[in-house]
Amino acid sequence: MQEETLSPPKPPEKLDRVVIRFAGDSGDGMQLAGTRFMESSAAFGNDLATFPDYPAEIRAPQGTLAGVSSFQVHIADWDILTHGDEADVLVAMNPAALKANLREVVAGGLILANEDAFDDRNLEKAGYESNPLTDDSLSNYHVMTAPMEKLTKLAVAGTGVKGRSVLRSKNFFALGLISWMFNRPTESVYGWIEEKFGADTPVGQANVEAFRAGFNFGNTTEEFHHTFEVAPAKLPAGTYTNITGNQALAWGLVAAAKSAGLTLFLGSYPITPATSILEEVARLKHFGAKTFQAEDEIAGVGVSLGAAFAGHLAVTTTSGPGVALKSETLSLALMTELPLILVDVQRAGPSTGLPTKVEQSDLMMALYGRHGEAPLPVLAAASPSDAFEVAMEAARIALTYMTPVILLSDGYLANGAEPWRLPDFDDLPSIDITHTTKPNGPDGVFYPYARDEVTGARPWAVPGTPGLEHRIGGLEKAALTGNVSHDPDNHEMMTAARAAKVAGIANDIPEVEVFGPEEAKVLVVSWGSTFGGVRAGVKNATTAGYPAAHVHLRYLNPLPRNLGDVLARYDKVLIPELNLGQLAMVLRAKFLVPAITLSKVQGAPFMANDVTDKIIELLEDKS
Amino acid sequence: MTTTETRFTRSDFQSNQEVKWCPGCGDYTILASVQTFLASLDVDREKHVFISGIGCSSRFPYYMNTYGMHSIHGRAPAIATGVALANPELTVWVITGDGDGLSIGGNHIIHALRRNVNLNVLLFNNQIYGLTKGQYSPTSEAGKKTKTSPLGSLDHPFNPVSLALGAEATFVARTIDMDRTHSTQMLQAAYEHHGTSFVEIYQNCNVFNDKAFQILTGRQERDANRIYLKEGEPIVFGKEDEMGVVVGVEGAQIVRVEDVGIEAIAVHDPARPNPGVAFALSRLAHGPSGPTPIGIFRRIQRSSYGDLLVSQIDDAKARNSSASISDLVQQHGTWTVE
Repeated sequence: MQEETLSPPKPPEKLDRVVIRFAGDSGDGMQLAGTRFMESSAAFGNDLATFPDYPAEIRAPQGTLAGVSSFQVHIADWDILTHGDEADVLVAMNPAALKANLREVVAGGLILANEDAFDDRNLEKAGYESNPLTDDSLSNYHVMTAPMEKLTKLAVAGTGVKGRSVLRSKNFFALGLISWMFNRPTESVYGWIEEKFGADTPVGQANVEAFRAGFNFGNTTEEFHHTFEVAPAKLPAGTYTNITGNQALAWGLVAAAKSAGLTLFLGSYPITPATSILEEVARLKHFGAKTFQAEDEIAGVGVSLGAAFAGHLAVTTTSGPGVALKSETLSLALMTELPLILVDVQRAGPSTGLPTKVEQSDLMMALYGRHGEAPLPVLAAASPSDAFEVAMEAARIALTYMTPVILLSDGYLANGAEPWRLPDFDDLPSIDITHTTKPNGPDGVFYPYARDEVTGARPWAVPGTPGLEHRIGGLEKAALTGNVSHDPDNHEMMTAARAAKVAGIANDIPEVEVFGPEEAKVLVVSWGSTFGGVRAGVKNATTAGYPAAHVHLRYLNPLPRNLGDVLARYDKVLIPELNLGQLAMVLRAKFLVPAITLSKVQGAPFMANDVTDKIIELLEDKS
Repeated sequence: MTTTETRFTRSDFQSNQEVKWCPGCGDYTILASVQTFLASLDVDREKHVFISGIGCSSRFPYYMNTYGMHSIHGRAPAIATGVALANPELTVWVITGDGDGLSIGGNHIIHALRRNVNLNVLLFNNQIYGLTKGQYSPTSEAGKKTKTSPLGSLDHPFNPVSLALGAEATFVARTIDMDRTHSTQMLQAAYEHHGTSFVEIYQNCNVFNDKAFQILTGRQERDANRIYLKEGEPIVFGKEDEMGVVVGVEGAQIVRVEDVGIEAIAVHDPARPNPGVAFALSRLAHGPSGPTPIGIFRRIQRSSYGDLLVSQIDDAKARNSSASISDLVQQHGTWTVE
């Protein structure tokens, strides 16, 4: 123990919220430790939000800054919106983890370090000239240390785990210690270990022993006589589950297919951070869902388009680089007017960029990134649980309007989890869709490009239906017959008809609702995963005497029909985006408002304070 | 020809669209062969789906009175895979060319073949880009002078049959547009095969690459150069069957039958599990510059991807009869807030 870090015993301190970040090498099992802490907090009844952050390399060089992986959990006794701006507690398994995460630890926060890893070699790899645990450089923090590796070795001796595997359990030591410190229930951890590794296996036993050792270390060591309580949250009554965005999206797609009475077909190619959607649906074959791991991104959307032609609810999931590859097929889907959902789980680009980090920089590509005049509906999920509803809504629009739809999610939603109050699954909105079986023209003629008067959709006659044989394709279609047409007037008319069909969806989606006080002079407009941070920032500003209003957009194309009127009511419009101002450019162009961009492209979500500070700056600027 | 009565005539499979290939194009012959063949089957029009990519041959679906999609350059096998997996009752045809299928779409072709999706792939090989007016293709002979290779092409060409065999194909055949009897036999065999049937059709582009297959189609040359592969028979050819093929460690070689004796001539067996002999036969001609085998190189049975998918889903349903989202969430773990 370091003498200067000793703290006197204190009674449990009651907190209404706490942010804990587990950080270590990418091989240290920090994602696992964080996830287990999240699950036991959920079982305890806290509201929570998480932020997994990991390197693109599966195993970056050990001990280096590049290899640091972290998992942040925000738990509270009230309904929280974000994973927390700054960590109150940082678990640092090595010097690199400390260095990479220190700037996001609140001043006065607790640093719990694995002292065994702070040797000369690791300090050098992390770029420390002296040991921060002993050189007073952390005097603004409360530092506690534990010899996690030594104690883990002692704890697992006798379980049969040998060699390098011994230290694999040190994440459970850290988890045990933190679980003790925050009075977490331990049953869910033991239950999970048993389910995952088996109760009697050496690995299972080692993890149990390491966890127990960590828990008891806290209990018996004087240094740690400082515990905290975060009471269960008073969440609205209901049944909850913890869910990540990718999981919710997968379930939403399955639910949509059920509501529409169609088979779900998912054709995809693995790509971070979208892959787990394919993985999740692949294990739901008992729902009748068909999944297809394609040879490339283009084939992923190609098979899906074929399945759409043949009558399935067809989906392809990807991230930015994959969208670029699929764009030609999206245009064909648009030309052939077939229902298709493309899910873009955005990541930081361009090119391979920061593949495990969040960004919202595919908006322009989603809206305009195709050849020709090719407008498509574009929707975005706001939170992990919202992804379920948005998936169903994307399906409704695709099927009702016979159009490809782009659904935007991102790396933050994909892996971040939150409690989800379950809807009544027996009472989900039904999606009324029928495959055409009868000719729609005179004398038994079938017109594949006749349009519904209300929606503008063409009929969906699937191969195998007698009497409705027809050919579709990428060449311009003649109205009604769908035959190839090179007629200039027809091309102009069809271009307008396709655009009008998509624009008309504005009449079939809700108007935006404004959150915030009447007297607000600043309107903050956001979309996608920034919802939590922006809403929290708006609330904080208002509480601090700087009233601001907030509109969050689920529909990016077409935009809600009252948006222009709403924008016009405010002196200033602020648009925080994890890009260089893409939505702002759209809103400026469409509504001629002098929208102000708050931009962040650091591969990380907004902190509430980013938004609050900007609102205050705008309101204090009287120009 | 067959005298069996059928429900259909060729005209039942002709769409009302004017066929717009160049006069004299080999595509007309193939279109007639396919339409006539489909009319000979007792299969309703709506059960057939023609999916094509981009290129001259890819206009094909517009002329068929069936379901069809003229899709994207190279992507027809992927889109057709989606159709076939969505509805196993359909007969799905892929119409592609040497540029569409082997250049821009090469990746999709090989993966469809290894998966053995239930498709009939008809690859019209004219060894040239026709729709873009005469550039060398991945099957053009090395040194070919075209507008994009005025000093001669530097590309070594693909042998489509070798490629398909290497891609784990379960059915590989080659035929010639002008030989309607043979091409109809190949269509029949491809149709009957369950899995991906790959048929290379030598097709004459009389505008940009005329007479590319002259040695196989010319009256003077064809008997000496067409090696018909017939199951269970020695591989012999020539006007008097005086020539034959032997297969050994050096691959397949052409010999005079009288030099080796008929018993030394390879007997054709497309059902051999090992594709080695089929591959050796495919190497006899790297493009039709000499005696060239036509017929079925390989025909083996292997479960189609679609069958496997259906049985996997059936198994999953049998193991887990509950397909409710509520149950899914329950298994995931829930808690209740009062």
